[in-house]
Amino acid sequence: MTITVVCFKGDGDRVVQALQEAQEKLDNADGEVLLDFSGVRRVDPNALRAMEEFTGAAEARSVKVTLCGVNVDIYKVLKLARLSSRFSMVN
Amino acid sequence: MSDRTALPLTEERIAYLEGLVRQARTAAAVFSQLTQQDVDRIVKPMVLAGLEQAQYLARLAVEETKIGVMEDKALKNMVATEFVYNYVKDKPSVGLIREYPERGVVEMAEPIGVIFSLTPITNPTSTVLFKCIMAIKTRNAVIFSPHPSAWRCCFEAVKVMYETAVKHGAPEGVFTCLESHDLEDNKYLMRHKDIGLIDATGGPGAVKAAYSSGKPALGVGPGNTPVYLEKSADLDMAVVDIITSKTFDNGTICASEQTVVIDDEIYDTVLQKFASLGAHICNDKETEILARSVIDPATGSMQPTAVGQKATNIARFVGITVKPKTKLLVTPIQGVGLEHPLSLEKLFPVLSVYRAKSVDEALKVCVDVNHAGGLGHTAVVFSNNEEVIRKFGDVINAGRIIVNSPGSIGALGGVYNDMVPTFSFGCGTGGGNSTTDNVNFYHYLNIKRVARRTQAHMWFRVPNQIYFNMHAVENLRNFQSRSTLIITNAALEQFGHVDTVKRSIPAQTQARVELIPDAEPDIKIITQGVEALKFYKADQIVALGGGSVIDAAKIMKLMYESPEADLEELAAPFLDIRKRVVQYPAENEKVNRARLIAISTTSGTGSEVTPFAVLTDKERGYKVTLADYSLTPDVAIVDPQFVLSMPRGLTVDTGVDCLTHALEAGVSIFASPYTDSNAMQAVRMTFKYLPIAYENPRDEEARTMMHNAACIAAIAFSNASVGVNHALAHAFGARFGVPHGRANALMLPHVIAYNASVPTKFMPSPNQKGYVAHKKYAMMADLLGLDGHTVEEKVKNLVTATEQLLDQLGVPRSIAELGISKEEFEQAMPDLAKIAFDDPSWKSNPRMPLVKEIVELFWSAYRGRGPAKVETGSKKTEKAQSMVTV
Repeated sequence: MTITVVCFKGDGDRVVQALQEAQEKLDNADGEVLLDFSGVRRVDPNALRAMEEFTGAAEARSVKVTLCGVNVDIYKVLKLARLSSRFSMVN
Repeated sequence: MSDRTALPLTEERIAYLEGLVRQARTAAAVFSQLTQQDVDRIVKPMVLAGLEQAQYLARLAVEETKIGVMEDKALKNMVATEFVYNYVKDKPSVGLIREYPERGVVEMAEPIGVIFSLTPITNPTSTVLFKCIMAIKTRNAVIFSPHPSAWRCCFEAVKVMYETAVKHGAPEGVFTCLESHDLEDNKYLMRHKDIGLIDATGGPGAVKAAYSSGKPALGVGPGNTPVYLEKSADLDMAVVDIITSKTFDNGTICASEQTVVIDDEIYDTVLQKFASLGAHICNDKETEILARSVIDPATGSMQPTAVGQKATNIARFVGITVKPKTKLLVTPIQGVGLEHPLSLEKLFPVLSVYRAKSVDEALKVCVDVNHAGGLGHTAVVFSNNEEVIRKFGDVINAGRIIVNSPGSIGALGGVYNDMVPTFSFGCGTGGGNSTTDNVNFYHYLNIKRVARRTQAHMWFRVPNQIYFNMHAVENLRNFQSRSTLIITNAALEQFGHVDTVKRSIPAQTQARVELIPDAEPDIKIITQGVEALKFYKADQIVALGGGSVIDAAKIMKLMYESPEADLEELAAPFLDIRKRVVQYPAENEKVNRARLIAISTTSGTGSEVTPFAVLTDKERGYKVTLADYSLTPDVAIVDPQFVLSMPRGLTVDTGVDCLTHALEAGVSIFASPYTDSNAMQAVRMTFKYLPIAYENPRDEEARTMMHNAACIAAIAFSNASVGVNHALAHAFGARFGVPHGRANALMLPHVIAYNASVPTKFMPSPNQKGYVAHKKYAMMADLLGLDGHTVEEKVKNLVTATEQLLDQLGVPRSIAELGISKEEFEQAMPDLAKIAFDDPSWKSNPRMPLVKEIVELFWSAYRGRGPAKVETGSKKTEKAQSMVTV
């Protein structure tokens, strides 16, 4: 299984950009994508939309999406936005 | 623009609505990350934008709805922004919002998430501005559903707020406004799982739909504001205020005045003042025309065409001739209700007036108006008579009772009074609402209470003075008294103890003796004693005896000092003495006063220092336990000369009672370091000296130490209480006539093992950190010098040592040894278990006894002493030292 690691730094805009880039690589991924959120302090609606789209695309390709390093504030945002169940989470 | 049909929603429509909710949900989720500073940075420019657009939005509202007055609507928009901002600006709404350090409680704010908000036709833009500010202040997203006839102006108001909010950091999608919509849209959204709250400001239909949705909802009930204009009022002020309010925005605010009830004495003057300020006073015919024109006679509802219209236009529509500048149509009415339509709500400048012959009639008519569609909403009183204002506030059911100021603007808050500014009036249950508040940003929050563990206040109360050791009775000389009554029994008199006491009483004191039976005090004996105290005008009572005599003296003192005291009521059960419902008579309620000096002649009950007394009423067949620190004797004398002649049996029974007090106080959930020191010392002294006193009754040292031990143990349990051992002993002793101390002894080893084991059910005990009973038993074992390395070993050794002590004292090893058959005991068991469970003693036991455990304990005691089964739950190697934190 191939694991692709995508690291984020900064806030929402960088997340959107990084996810868009990662999404382009999804066609070549055949295992799991690990999104490293340890550098992310806040997310905005665009980031959430991008994450939702990304998981949709990953699911369509049977690629598992795992988030790591998500801080509790962002974890709560994902819960409120009903997105947390779409991801696997690791600390 | 809108189509309020009830067609089923199409898939496209559902997708549209789902999109709105998803957007709002995302915005709300993102919003939860913002700080207080972030939020406040957004609110201020929103308020400024609202102020800038106040006139523009007002004009839009009037053009679209054809209701109200542009200038007034502009003013409302300014109140909805500036006044609301003034209220919210310094108030925390994110994270920690309030602290109560003395209670260890802090309140924290949690946003609701997505709010679905209905806004009205009458106050469209001001309501939108108000709700947007509240939502941003509280980090919520809102989906607005404006009244269809006010959609465009509301949409504009939402747009102004939204653009400013997002520009300053609010998440995209935080506000949305339903595009052209129908009732089905509202129904769908009201039931949507992602809508956290419905805030329905609108007509009764919208509010009812909100409350019927099954979602938490804020709704506004209908109004019908009664006004009482009482003769002491400032009439000039009152009339101007009423006109100002009733004509404000052509009467569209639901808090505006509907019927003014005027005292007969001022009625004509008031009407003249109304007329002189531009009101038209309708004659009977004009009133009748209005009554059938502006109100639907069948339903009592307002004719929509009249709502928010000028007085002159209404007059013209119905064919009444009025002066061109008429502000208000005043209609005299003779009653309230559907048969008097003008007594109902009129959101236009028609004001009813009623002439009342008395304050009583005026208040009753106001109540009628209040109940004719305005429950919980708003009421107004003009008066300078405080009694009238208070009575009005008492009889009227309204969330806002406005005094000497205009109803509509007064109810909005912040202008004429210090109420919270709002555009949403909670009407309480009378109006079918969940609150009577002026709805404000706190209603847009889930407020969380973070409650820290607090230590309950504890106490350590003992008699003022305790004299002990041989011949301590001589200290009686120190107490001045004019008339002293010695309460004692015949046996003690025969022993010469009464004479010993008398010799120590100062010569100038008149000392009399009241002999009572040596048995649990009966109400008849108490009554006789109280009569004697009254007869001798006693100022001092000396109780010389065991627990029964001292208990009797405590109750006699209580009844002598407070003849009105109801003993049955004072015996009412309680869980925590500090929170008890029934209070004992206070010092200033006492009609007599007498010092109580208790001299104990047994070494067990410790009644000379306890706040307890037991009383029976043989005739009525009841027994009560009184408990209050006011019962504690003022002085205790612990003089062993009175116990040297105690028979062996009594020495054992009382001595084991003392040991039980100490052991139970030691592990009680009310134990404290203060009581521990006494409990532990009493355990040590009893183990050491009771066998000596038993073997050699004349051993002065042993008698002295046991007498002291009993008092010290009583000090411990007076403050920490006892436990399940006493509950079992009370039930068993009463049923089978076994002396209290012996009954305690039969239970004791079993109860130690029981309390030291892991409880099936823990007892709530805020003052203890974890379960400590087994560790405290281990400490007692250490104090006694028993072997053992682990807690479990030490507890087992304590049980064994207790059994050996009881064996040494000749205490029967089992209930069976008392000659009670198994069948007899089995037959008694249901009652025993019930009575023991009802006994208050176990309420301080460290382990909550289940009824089946009480039964098991009884059966253990029946079978008798044997190897202790203790499962403390501690690691086998756990050391006992320094483990107890209380």
